[in-house]
Amino acid sequence: MNTIGKINKLESFGLVDGPGVRYVVFLQGCAMKCKYCHNPETWTGQAKLEMTPEQLYEKAIRYKNYWRDNGGITVSGGEALLQLDFIIEFFKLAHSSGIHTALDTSGNPFRMDKEYLKEFDKLMDVTDLFILDLKVMDNKLHEELTSKSNKNILEMAQYLSENNKKMWIRHVLVPNLTDDKKDLKIMHEFIKSLNNVMRVEILPYHTLGVAKWEQLGRKYPLEGYEVPTKEQIREAEQILEVDTYPDYM
Amino acid sequence: MKDYTQWKGFEGRIWKDEVNVRDFIQKNYKPYDGDESFLADPTDATNKLWKALQKLQKEERANGGILDMETEIVSSLTSYGPGYIDENLKDLEKIVGLQTDKPLKRAFMPFGGIRMAEEACTSNGYKPNEKLHEIFTKYSRTHNQGVFDAYTPEMKKARHSHIITGLPDTYGRGRIVGDYRRVALYGIDYLIEKKKEDLLNCGDRTMTDDVIRLREEISRQIGALKGLKEMAAIYGFDISKPAQNAQEAIQWLYFGYLGAVKTQNGAAMSVGRISTFLDIYIERDLKEKLITEEEAQELIDHLVMKFRMVKFARIPSYNQLFSGDPVWATLEVAGIGMDGRSMVTKNDYRFLHTLENMGPSPEPNLTVLYSPALPENFKKYAAKISIDTSSIQYENDDVMKPVWGDDYSICCCVSATQTGKEMQFFGARANLAKCLLYAINGGVDEKEHNQVGPAYQPITSEYLEYDEVLDKYLVMLDWLAELYVNTLNLIQYMHDKYYYEEEEMALIDTDVRRTFATGIAGFSHVIDSLSAIKYAKVKVIRDETGLAVGYETTGEFPKYGNDDDRADEIGEWLLKTFLTMIKKHHTYRNSEATTSILTITSNVVYGKATGATPDGREAFTPFAPGASPSYGAEENGLLASLNSVAKIPYHWALDGISNTQTMNPNALGHSELERINNLAQVLDGYFAQGAHHLNVNVFGKDKLLDAMEHPEKEEYANFTIRVSGYAVKFIDLTKEQQLDVISRTCHEHM
Repeated sequence: MNTIGKINKLESFGLVDGPGVRYVVFLQGCAMKCKYCHNPETWTGQAKLEMTPEQLYEKAIRYKNYWRDNGGITVSGGEALLQLDFIIEFFKLAHSSGIHTALDTSGNPFRMDKEYLKEFDKLMDVTDLFILDLKVMDNKLHEELTSKSNKNILEMAQYLSENNKKMWIRHVLVPNLTDDKKDLKIMHEFIKSLNNVMRVEILPYHTLGVAKWEQLGRKYPLEGYEVPTKEQIREAEQILEVDTYPDYM
Repeated sequence: MKDYTQWKGFEGRIWKDEVNVRDFIQKNYKPYDGDESFLADPTDATNKLWKALQKLQKEERANGGILDMETEIVSSLTSYGPGYIDENLKDLEKIVGLQTDKPLKRAFMPFGGIRMAEEACTSNGYKPNEKLHEIFTKYSRTHNQGVFDAYTPEMKKARHSHIITGLPDTYGRGRIVGDYRRVALYGIDYLIEKKKEDLLNCGDRTMTDDVIRLREEISRQIGALKGLKEMAAIYGFDISKPAQNAQEAIQWLYFGYLGAVKTQNGAAMSVGRISTFLDIYIERDLKEKLITEEEAQELIDHLVMKFRMVKFARIPSYNQLFSGDPVWATLEVAGIGMDGRSMVTKNDYRFLHTLENMGPSPEPNLTVLYSPALPENFKKYAAKISIDTSSIQYENDDVMKPVWGDDYSICCCVSATQTGKEMQFFGARANLAKCLLYAINGGVDEKEHNQVGPAYQPITSEYLEYDEVLDKYLVMLDWLAELYVNTLNLIQYMHDKYYYEEEEMALIDTDVRRTFATGIAGFSHVIDSLSAIKYAKVKVIRDETGLAVGYETTGEFPKYGNDDDRADEIGEWLLKTFLTMIKKHHTYRNSEATTSILTITSNVVYGKATGATPDGREAFTPFAPGASPSYGAEENGLLASLNSVAKIPYHWALDGISNTQTMNPNALGHSELERINNLAQVLDGYFAQGAHHLNVNVFGKDKLLDAMEHPEKEEYANFTIRVSGYAVKFIDLTKEQQLDVISRTCHEHM
């Protein structure tokens, strides 16, 4: 097999994308157009790096010393699921050495059709943790925010739940955009209905990605939106009851 | 066998019969693997004194960095009466003793060089008594005078061009750590008795240079011990006998250190490995209910307060090299004993806790001797303190212990030295990046346009050829190594002659091991430049005289700091090559040559004196500090960078490999607990690979920018950051240094 991964960036020091210290692979390409995206350079265009799963594994394994018993590898994006074959092969290699694997995804490419699930099941076998980003529950708002429906995203969460896969759910909090209390409560109910959610995290919106939009010649769609205050974060965390999940720290 | 009543309750016998503090520690210390919950808050006395001291520090800063200077009296052990932080609060001071008669007043110390001592005064608006000038020029000589009398024209040129620079020819060489614990454990009389025995046994009646010199030195040491006794008596203490409780032990020990900083203004005046030792006294008192934990913490807080007050009068050019008024009162905690027992005691927690009780501070330069095998509780507490204060550094005990044993101290930023058994000839550093430019330009300096190095054939081709550059670099390095060693030999000779450290040496074994500490500057730039020449195309830009003044590099090339062996191997080669060249030469007093990859803040000064380099670094801009990768070279995150540095073999750079990294707290984890665990894990992973040192800063760039713009804000008064091998208050750095710190990579993937 000679699957080639299209990679945007490698980060040896990932401490916020999964448990412990992690090697994070940012893949190139994403079909969504989230308005608060902080790495729009991964959406389209030429990948900075192209590697086989073996080559990537050789690079990643050099950081094993830092992982101890909880760290490992996270594949993120862009949208990681767009390179399903590549991740499966890469995670297989990692798993054969007992390395913890996590997949950070928006869930957008997920499809509830047989053909797709056949491949997706293979991925589930070698993925220890799915980190799933839930934007908003209201589908209309979701389409406005990301240009895509959230139907298949929620389906993916349910599918993972049915298969007892461990999950972290994350929600980016943008005041006046994704902090509607009603929507958060619906999200809370939805998450509560899932099995094996190990952690729920609020990711406070930040503006570090703005410069990248400008570099790409794109207008930043969230001009004027503020980052959330500590109180706003706290409030959202209370609605989602983040401290009731086993991996809460 | 000697047996003082003050030793009651202490185990062991070897240390009683000979001066052997390590044996005492090993027989008596009690490892602690619990957590920090036993720690006590500051007492009222501590709060009052610290408040008074902070007021003085504020005045000092408002006054341009100097509160007061001596202009009449030459500093010695006994040149002043007692001094206190505040006359009205002096009864609250549990540990007493100042360098002069007033807090933060800087002493007049002419023996390193009268010109420098005077310049330090005049550049700050003080006028030293003219009599002093007359005495130290007409009737007596100083170190600096001796050095410049003996320098060759070639040495002066090399010094002027900054290819060898930062040399201790205008200031004390420092880096000698007296075993100050001896004063507490044995008392002065016992130590004098032992030195007198040494004097009797010195030489075989044949008066060679070596024997004559050593006999004079031992006599001077005995004189210094007597002086120490007098100094303590000024404060009302008789230190002729061993200390009999914790307060006395800390006080006696501090007098030993105070004697050093009253008589020497070395660049680094380390305190040494005192924590575990003092814990034995505190434990004994706690057990006998003589003191409480609050009182134990108070003693440590007051001792640390004194270390925070050590000051020297410096000249402007010194402050550019070593920015932020540092003294390197380096003090170690933790480590693992030769027998495998953790040496972490409750006192190690107490020393770190001073950063909570009295806030962050650059001094003492608190150093954790790290091993993944340290108790988990302690690792987490240290990580917490790092995250909260950015005030501590970590050094790998697992690589140092096999070389230096389990009773070494850090004598400067990062350099180990066996406590009480060893001294070091500090020798600053050679600029290997400039040397590469000399190789290309045939020894002509790219800044001054004069012939400094030997007039070897320059490179004349349009594009640099790797093999040709390497051949020429090797011969130029060889020239530099020889000149460097000879220059240092001369400096060390004169320092012994005119500015001998009798007080510190009195607390070190007479049969002393000496290391000859050279250093390397421009490390990352040489690696990346050679890599560029090897893997990309480097075009030379020449001026009208044909001198190479710039480089145009096209194509990709591996850079140091990305865990890419192709680049990292060049670094290893450079280190081994240069040290091998150094070792070919005779070193003063048959000392052992070592080297360091450590620049302190002098990376700015060295960089400013060095033209553009083929790695893309612009002319006359700062180098990366120490062994840190170049700014902007790191493309794969912190751990890739750490892996690159970890490949440098410590046994080839026994004087230390300094690495400074800054992490954004938000990138370190979402919650405090997560950040603590993650940092401890990063340290484990880094040091398990044999890396030597890490400065850990935890803050974002925005905080630095704000502190630079608004230094007056209360929150920045004690804002401390780690720079290459030491810590400084950020607002005490020059603007140039601040910008340099800001421009460095901050790892903040979120």
